[in-house]
Amino acid sequence: MPAGNERRGTVASGGLFGGPVVRLDADAEIRRLAGSPEQENAALAEAVAVALGDIAALMDRADGDAADILGFQLALLEDDELVAPANAAIAAGMAADLAWKNAMDAEIAGYEVADDEYFRARAADLRDVRDRVARHLAGGTQAPMHSGAVLLGDDIAPTRFLETDWSKGGAVLLARGSTTAHVAMLARGRGVPMLVGLGEIPAEADEAIVDAEKGLAIFDPPAATKSTYAARTAELVKQREAEAEVLFTPAKLGDGTPVEVLINVASLDELDAINPASCDGIGLMRSEFLFSDGKPLPGEEHQYKTYRRLLEWAGDRPVTIRTLDVGGDKPIAGLTPGEEKNPFLGLRGVRLTLARPEVFRTQLRALARAAVHGNLKIMIPMVTVPDEITRTSTLLDECVRELEAESMDCSKPPLGIMVEVPAVATCPELFAAANFFSIGSNDLTQYVTAASRDEPAVAALNDPANPAVLQLIETTARFARDAGIDLSLCGDMASEPAHLRALIEAGLRCLSVAPARVGRVKLALREV
Amino acid sequence: MTDMIRAEIVITHNVGLHARPSVKLTKLAKQLGAPVEIAAMPEGPWIDAKSIVKVMALKIPQGNTLYLRGSGAEASQAVEALVDLVRRDFDLERADENAGGK
Repeated sequence: MPAGNERRGTVASGGLFGGPVVRLDADAEIRRLAGSPEQENAALAEAVAVALGDIAALMDRADGDAADILGFQLALLEDDELVAPANAAIAAGMAADLAWKNAMDAEIAGYEVADDEYFRARAADLRDVRDRVARHLAGGTQAPMHSGAVLLGDDIAPTRFLETDWSKGGAVLLARGSTTAHVAMLARGRGVPMLVGLGEIPAEADEAIVDAEKGLAIFDPPAATKSTYAARTAELVKQREAEAEVLFTPAKLGDGTPVEVLINVASLDELDAINPASCDGIGLMRSEFLFSDGKPLPGEEHQYKTYRRLLEWAGDRPVTIRTLDVGGDKPIAGLTPGEEKNPFLGLRGVRLTLARPEVFRTQLRALARAAVHGNLKIMIPMVTVPDEITRTSTLLDECVRELEAESMDCSKPPLGIMVEVPAVATCPELFAAANFFSIGSNDLTQYVTAASRDEPAVAALNDPANPAVLQLIETTARFARDAGIDLSLCGDMASEPAHLRALIEAGLRCLSVAPARVGRVKLALREV
Repeated sequence: MTDMIRAEIVITHNVGLHARPSVKLTKLAKQLGAPVEIAAMPEGPWIDAKSIVKVMALKIPQGNTLYLRGSGAEASQAVEALVDLVRRDFDLERADENAGGK
């Protein structure tokens, strides 16, 4: 679909922006003639000292993630080990700039081949340090700060991002880059649209539109495209402002009826960017992030600390942690079954954890210990028959008794279930032993429509607004209300403004949504 | 070398020995009374715990063990101080990091 002047990329930070293109600097030239080793070492030491001064100055006005990135660079520049290999090359007669570049390139190469994506992404911080010192060695001045421009290049240094004036808008387009780079985090924090992995970028371009909603960059756009985007941008700005206005207000319907809006979380890192005051708690914490394929299963202590951190983040707000929900479709070596012909109908969720009680026990013990640190609820996924609640509850009781016998602080949190298998949604009254229900509309829709949203040919059938799905949601809601069981819905449906009216009409008053959608959902609820 | 103090601890910080934890570790190592060396494997290679360049180059992911050793009069306090920092998850409480966020 992309035309000749369009490129597709991965969205590292959402939004829209159009403006003049500014190319990110190429590497500083290597052109020094080697003086004596003393002169060269002194020149390098001077350049490092000036670079340290730059970073310290930037740090004065930085906070959060930015301060962390700068703190790391500062520590690198203060470490004699950083210049030691360059000093050795200088002693052998090399000029300071080449010695520095070679030494840093060798260090950077070590990061670029790391297994862990986090360490690979740190190569950008080292390049940043390399280029800053190299600029000072070449007698270069501070890179100019551009405002209201699209910065285009192979990659962007974090400090370059921090030195740029974003007050008049702007965007970043990178041929390479990564969504986990420090700079991507900074862009999300500042709301600067950013696309990475564009591949080849045009050699000549004066202007660009960055559509970081669709992952599209349009270079030298025709007038018609520009005016379309100008209108969309204005609309988006208005929408964002309206969302920002309601973000920290209690959610309510048009008639003032209160609604709770919680968030779905899949990793601890996500919480760094979220202020807990913007939501009513965590409605779904997917504990799967603790279990990664090919790594040892997480121990009780590690799980306990992680759950505790979530609870401390939330304060008094409820935190619903779902017990391990993996299966043949999300394999974990040594835990999930091998080849299953139909993994979505196989050994997954609570079926798997009940089959592997030693793994389940570790998690339940960690949860019972964490429960004393906040308002914790435990949720069981893929429940199909009431016996699965009984067995889990018995196991949880045993864990609590064991912990008490070991004189460990613990308590038994409320135990609820995901309503996602049609067998439950059809006859919710059989599951009254659950302390709460949370409708998992993604799986419920997939099982009711017998269509996967991952299969393009049938994805259109996977419609949560299918009357059969809505009827099951209503059945569940009616029983929950009559029986006094807390009810929420945590599927993607709740994040979609178009479905909110149907959910409210079905009786839902508690929704758990994607963190980025909280403002949008609160805004849309006021129209219902 | 006979009075070498050794210790080991699993890195439980949820991302591993990353930039921020490494900065904390090296800062503390610089304040200690005895030099401490660390390694990613029990047999080494051993590196100076004061060098951020070397510490980061170990690239220790979460769930892996950090080995520490030191020698000299104050070695046991020094090693214990670093072990304790790891045990406290490097004092990186995620909740209050948001205070300055926007």
